[in-house]
Amino acid sequence: MLPAAFWYLVLLVLPLAIVVVYSFGVRGPDGGYAPAFVLDNYQTLFQRADPFILSLWIAVTGTAACLLIGFPFAYYLATRAGKRKTLLLVLLVIPFWTSFLIRTIAWLIILGPDGLEGFIQSVTGVDVAILGSPWAILLGIVYNYLPLMVFPLYVTLERLDPTLLEASKDLGAGRWATFRQVTLPIAMPGLITGSILVFIPLMGEYVIPSILGLGKVFLIGNILQLDFLGSRNWPAGSAKAVTLIIIMLVSVTFYVWTTTRSQSSGRDVSVL
Amino acid sequence: MTATTTRPRRPAVDRWAPVVEGWFRLQALVVYVFLFLPIGVVVAFSFNGTQRYVTDWAGFSLKWYGVAMADQTVQRALVNSLQIAFVNAILATTFGTMAALGLQRVGKRTRVFFDALTFVSVIIPEIVIALASLVLFSGFRDWVNPWLAYLNGAGGSASQITLGPWSIIAAHVLFNLSLVLLIVRARLSGMDRTLVDASYDLFATPWRTFRQITFPQLLPAIVAGFLLSFTFSFDDYVISSFVNGRTQTLPLFVFGQIHQGITPLTNAIASMMLLVTFTILVAGQAILARQARASGDRGSTPLGLLEA
Repeated sequence: MLPAAFWYLVLLVLPLAIVVVYSFGVRGPDGGYAPAFVLDNYQTLFQRADPFILSLWIAVTGTAACLLIGFPFAYYLATRAGKRKTLLLVLLVIPFWTSFLIRTIAWLIILGPDGLEGFIQSVTGVDVAILGSPWAILLGIVYNYLPLMVFPLYVTLERLDPTLLEASKDLGAGRWATFRQVTLPIAMPGLITGSILVFIPLMGEYVIPSILGLGKVFLIGNILQLDFLGSRNWPAGSAKAVTLIIIMLVSVTFYVWTTTRSQSSGRDVSVL
Repeated sequence: MTATTTRPRRPAVDRWAPVVEGWFRLQALVVYVFLFLPIGVVVAFSFNGTQRYVTDWAGFSLKWYGVAMADQTVQRALVNSLQIAFVNAILATTFGTMAALGLQRVGKRTRVFFDALTFVSVIIPEIVIALASLVLFSGFRDWVNPWLAYLNGAGGSASQITLGPWSIIAAHVLFNLSLVLLIVRARLSGMDRTLVDASYDLFATPWRTFRQITFPQLLPAIVAGFLLSFTFSFDDYVISSFVNGRTQTLPLFVFGQIHQGITPLTNAIASMMLLVTFTILVAGQAILARQARASGDRGSTPLGLLEA
């Protein structure tokens, strides 16, 4: 385990510490970093908070959309798929392990002027711009992250004992009451895990916005990329990275705390 | 006096059941179409014999695969990608498995500390790892190069280090190490300790016990970890785009291409990347299935994904 410990310390802890130090520095004459101790990077960050707000909005909406689509789907896989279950699971795994980049690029063709945009234009005569809008990004997000929501939900829903549902029905509970009082509490750990698994990478997403946003939509990820590789203002980028980590730690902790508080069985929730 | 009034009181027949059941099925179908449509589009249009425009169908042709294979930049990017993915997978699997085994033997405090680091490396968005790695490697380069220049004397600018395959591999290993660690540990926790004890009772050396007892039992998890690490690295864009220096990998090449609009060439390269990933997935599944049959283990899930 020494190599792993070395890797963690030298390639994870050390770089993150450097990023924290850099966030108080100033941009060097040729880009990069020059030592200093200033708070400017954090001040300008609060003046231009738009990417953070947009990222949070996209991440929350995207997680909710994955949940709305993923829950009934996972429920179907866990309870209704029967003998085809393994096949259906494999079919879900396959696209997930193929290149993220390529699956996203494909939507450029499908949504673009030769695809959906062109189709709508030819039918209604109205010019629509789907690519470049937050909606295209949201679509790309649901497409790429749905499996991350479905897997943990499936694992918990598979353990759902059908006799519990029958008992609930026999006691006169309707569909909705059964869902709220039996299915949902059982699925809660999977729901929390899935939401976190989707939410975290979404906050740092930059491939989807730069492809489907046509470079017009700026999320934190895009701004970080610009700071580090474009203008090479490393201190400004570092300050944003530190802020991103703090936002994520706070929001994930808050989410787990609020969802497990109402839920005694949710205490043994693990993120993976 | 209709039939309803004379019916005995029992739980009402659920009239909505067919609707709900139908909805479940329909939604599942839509999700699968949604998941596979883009992949189908890319592959289909890669066989387009058109001159330039992706969606003007000009008959079935393998032309763009020929163009891709003949392109020297593509060739080099492919070789780079395969090499990086392979070295990364070897290192990540070895270190991750060693760490998983080692963690069984350490005190609680070390284990908690290690778990925290694993958790952090998984929970941080990839882009943060990417930029932190860039900062580290650039710093390392700027610190080492003056020394190298000094050692080489006046005329020795030849052996200066730059970011390249090594920095991509180092950053990928960090990410995949945790993945392997989690998969192997999940397998270890479900493993039968009595066999190991029996092996020691029969005077086997620790190495022999590992080779004959522990390793075969861990093999599915190790194979899964290796393959997942390989495909992750092969397909990765985010980390590579930060720490690549001047090295091209296939994802970087493809991303660079789409700024000039998608061409059939892009689709052909993309399809070849899909083929590599599919081959690995199928091979991995076959190895795991064979292993599972040999050991009579029936509970294995696709590529150990759900075990993690």
